[in-house]
Formats: sequence, C-alpha cells, structure tokens
Amino acid sequence: MAKAAVTALLHPRLALRKRIGGAAYVAFVLAIFLGLAGLASLLVRVLWEGVPWLSWHFVTEYPSRFPEQAGMLSAIFGTLWIMGLTFLFTVPVGVGAAVYLEEYAPKNWLTRIIEVNISNLAGVPSIVYGLLGLAVFVQILSLGRTVLAGALTMSLLVMPIVIIASREAIRAVPSTYREASYGLGATKFQTVRDVVLPHATPGIMTGTILAMSRAIGEAAPMIAISALVFLTFVPTDPLDKFTVMPIQIFNWVSQPQAGFRGIAAAGIIILLGVLLTMNAVAIYIRNRTQKRSEE
Amino acid sequence: MARDGIARRTNRADAAMQLSRNRKRGALQGRLVHWLFFACAVMSIVTTFGIVASLLSQSLGFFREIPLWDFLFGTTWSPILRDAEGNRHYGVLPLVSGTVLVAALAAAVAVPAGLAIAIYLAEYAPDKIRRTIKPILEVLAGIPTVVYGYFALTFVTPMLQRIPLRPFQEDLLVFNALSAGLVMGLMIIPMVSSLSEDAMVAVPRSLRSAAYALGATRLEVSLRIVVPAALSGIVASFILAFSRAIGETMLVTLAAGATPRLTFNPIESIQAMTAFIVQLALGETPRGTLEYNTIFAVGLLLFAFTLGMNVLGQFLVRRFREEY
Repeated sequence: MAKAAVTALLHPRLALRKRIGGAAYVAFVLAIFLGLAGLASLLVRVLWEGVPWLSWHFVTEYPSRFPEQAGMLSAIFGTLWIMGLTFLFTVPVGVGAAVYLEEYAPKNWLTRIIEVNISNLAGVPSIVYGLLGLAVFVQILSLGRTVLAGALTMSLLVMPIVIIASREAIRAVPSTYREASYGLGATKFQTVRDVVLPHATPGIMTGTILAMSRAIGEAAPMIAISALVFLTFVPTDPLDKFTVMPIQIFNWVSQPQAGFRGIAAAGIIILLGVLLTMNAVAIYIRNRTQKRSEE
Repeated sequence: MARDGIARRTNRADAAMQLSRNRKRGALQGRLVHWLFFACAVMSIVTTFGIVASLLSQSLGFFREIPLWDFLFGTTWSPILRDAEGNRHYGVLPLVSGTVLVAALAAAVAVPAGLAIAIYLAEYAPDKIRRTIKPILEVLAGIPTVVYGYFALTFVTPMLQRIPLRPFQEDLLVFNALSAGLVMGLMIIPMVSSLSEDAMVAVPRSLRSAAYALGATRLEVSLRIVVPAALSGIVASFILAFSRAIGETMLVTLAAGATPRLTFNPIESIQAMTAFIVQLALGETPRGTLEYNTIFAVGLLLFAFTLGMNVLGQFLVRRFREEY
C-alpha cells in the first residue's frame, strides 16, 4: 500500500504512460501483421488463380492467342540464356573488383570514388540500365535486340550486388590466414588465390545467387532491349531475339481476357518457385558456413 | 670437410638465385594481376560514365527541338498523340506528378508501417521471433515487381472498387494511382524496416540503460532515446525507399495507367515516368526519331532524381555510422 503511494508520488501518471506503451505495442504488432497479411494475400491470390492453369503443356508450348493453348517455353529458354550469360559475365568481373577493393586498393581518392560509385550504381533504377543497354549494346555496338545485348545489360545491373556481397565475404576472412600464408613465403596473388578466395567462396556464392534472383525477375530493362513479346521460337545462339519470363507475364497481365490473367498467375507461380528455390539455397549455404565457422 | 663446405655454399647460392628468380616472376605476375583486378573495379566507373553519356547524347536531339524550359515546366504531355490543332506537347510535369503521387502513397504506407516494424524488431521482439519475422518480411523485397503489378491490377483494384465513392466522386477506374501506390508501399516496407532497424541496433546500450534507470517506459526509451539517436539512419531509409519507389517500373505500368495527367488525386489514372519509357520501348521506336530521343530525356530526368536522393541517403547513412 505504502509502496504504491510512493510510486504514485515519484512517477506521476505512470499508469497512463504504461497504458500508452501497451497501445503502442499493439500498433507495432499490427504493423507486422499488415506486412505478413499483404504477403500472404499476394501468394494466396496467385496460387488460387494460377494452379488450375498449370500443366505440363504450359511449360512445353509456345505463346498463343488462345489462353488455353498458350505456354511459356520461349520465355523459359530466354530466361535460361540470359541467366547463364549474365552469370558468366558478372562473376569474374564482380569478384575481381571485390578482390581489388579489399586486397589491393590503396586508400586514395580513386578508391573512394570507385566505392561511392558502386553504391550509387546499386540505386540506379533498372529501366535506366535498359536505356543504357538500348543505346550502347543494341545501337552503338549494333548487337541488335539479342540475347547477348540483354545479358550484357543484365550483368551491369547486378554487378554492384555481386561486388558488395563479395567484398563482405572477403573482409570476413580472418587476417591471420593471410599472415600465415605470407609467413610461408606466398606472394600476394598466391594468398588471394589459395587462401582468401576459397574461404570467401560460400559468401560469394550466396551473393551471386541473390544477384541472379534479382536478375530473373527484372522485366523493365529487358523490355527496353527485346521490345517484342510474342516469340514462337527458342533462342539457339546469343545473337537470337529473345523474351524472358517476366516480360511474358507482363504481356499476359495486360491482356483484357480473363483467361490470360489465369495463365499470367500460372507463369508467376513458376517464376516465384524458381526464386524461392534460389533463395532457399542461398540461405542454406549461409547457415552451413556460419555453423562451420562457429565450431 | 672443406669440399663439403664449398658444395653447401654453392647449393645455397643456387637456391638463393632460384628464389630471386621466383620472386622476380612473382613480382611480374603480381603486377599483372594487380592491373587485372583494378580493371574489374574500374568497370563500375565505365558503367556510370556509359549511363550518363548515353542519356545525355541521346536526349541532346530532343533538347535541340524542345527547349529545356518547356520540357521541365510544361503542363501537358502528349508526345505521340496530336491535339485538335495538330500539335504535340512535351511538358513533363504530368509524368512527374504521376510518379511523385504514387511514390507519396507508397511512402504513406511504408513509412509508418516500416518504422513500427523496425521499432518492434529492434526494441521489443525476442531474438527468436526477430530471426523468424525478418527473413519472411524480406521475401516482400525479393518478389519481382511484375508480380506486384498483377496483384495490384487483379486483386487490390477490384477490392478498392467495392468501396462506395458515389456521392463524392466517380467510381474508381481500373487503372488508378491509389492501388499502385498502396501495393508499392507493401513492396518497400522491408527497405524502410531493415535499414531503420540497423540504425536503431547501432545505438549504444548505455543510452537505453540510462533512460530505463530514470524510470522511462519501453515506449519512451524507443521513441525519445533510440529513434532520435538513430534519426539520420531512419531518414536515410525513408529517402532510399522513396527513390526506389520513383524508379519502380512494372508495377506502375500495369496498375496506374497510361494517361499522363497533372493531378494529385489518387483515384485518377495517371502515367509515371518509368511507365512512359516502357510504353514507347514496347513499340520498337526507331533510333534517331524524336520519340526515341524523348525516352532518353525522360530517363535522364529520372536518373537525376534518383541519383540526388541516393547521394543524400548515403550521406545520412554514413553520418550516423560515424557518430558512435
């Protein structure tokens, strides 16, 4: 009794303040539920609309004017081509840039410019990369609206992601490893090749997978490059025309007939399925290496 | 005995020579590799240069025909369709207002929600809940924007259309800024929440302990100690998320419409800058025409907007990092 009186004297309005605190807590939890509910309704909507349209035929057929006959074969192959080439272009250059910035770069103005520049590039809207690709690869280098032009554009787009992730992975390699390697008489390059990079590989792989999963969903820059969306052939070399899964989905969503909405949802299911698998692999690699380094 | 000594000495000399030869080869290889890695890093500067050069050079043709002033401050945008008198109009303000309208709606959703989530995760949530909820929310940031466009157009808009507006307004159109803005808000929530949370986690524990010792409640510590201390990081998260919303393309192309209109009424159909670029790019516009150059002029403006905001945001992030 006396204690309550003392509390009331020392902390006026404490009960009220506690009640406000409780109300705010409810509001915070509601915000989380808002986010989760948004995600859940998006996924449920896509599954509800799309599952009835999923079939084997959907992934083995070309697009068609009739939703019942349409498939996304050309888009799937276009995406595979773009992903493969983007991977080939991005990984060596991205990892090379990360190695330079972490292991070689002197602390001077040029290095600072490169660093600031990379973080700015990460924030450039993807459609602007599309315009860059249209002007430089399609027109000036006259590659035309081809797989190669698309993959080069996509590589520039995801390069900052690979560089930033690889730098973090390289930075996380303990400096004692490097010192031990130098102590045995290894050169800088030998140290980087045989000590630093092998230990940074899981981190680099995680970053690369995340970069590729960004690339697989990008429609805007690919529209600027490929333009056309109705293809009834599969690209067989880098100088063929192409379309990708997100462009095909965009095309179907913008059709007025209800049937196309359904196959758009079916396409989204496939796209999200690939994405979630890639992310799961990335998380698995991250967790496994975390466990190993804790041991 | 003496012979042994000589043999040993020559062996040692041989080994030393071998070593120095290796070192020389190593030094040459080292320099070569150094330059190779440097070239990789410089690629990023070449990219930036390429972006600026291609945007500038291609829009030059546009600004030769349309004065910069008319472009930036004109209030009618119809670069393809001619009006009754047969004129085309190149005032970009309707595209800018459409872009800003959608981004502002997105911010109205994502700023309060993202901040609340960040406060909950940084100050309230037990570690286990935090580790479960964070990756789930980050899935929102990984979903392709064309999927959000589908969601806005086929789910959110029909749902909003059921809300009766009749006495005050016309019915909601199929393409409208509201639905695109709300869904974009959902999309950028994780950007706001994770950057803000990082900023709050970086606030030293001692500040919190001091406030608790003075008898503050958890909410008071969060709002009056942690949030002000992390403010520049939090504001940076708002700016970066807003810049992301401005550069977003597929969502606004699918859900917000293709009717450039100088308005801030969210239930109207508008056109964003990015949506205009896609609209023309889809048409395979031939190089060198005014239409082709118009895309680049709009792209240049978009690039300038987002670059300005990103530079500001990164400046703020760096400032808060230096504080502690």
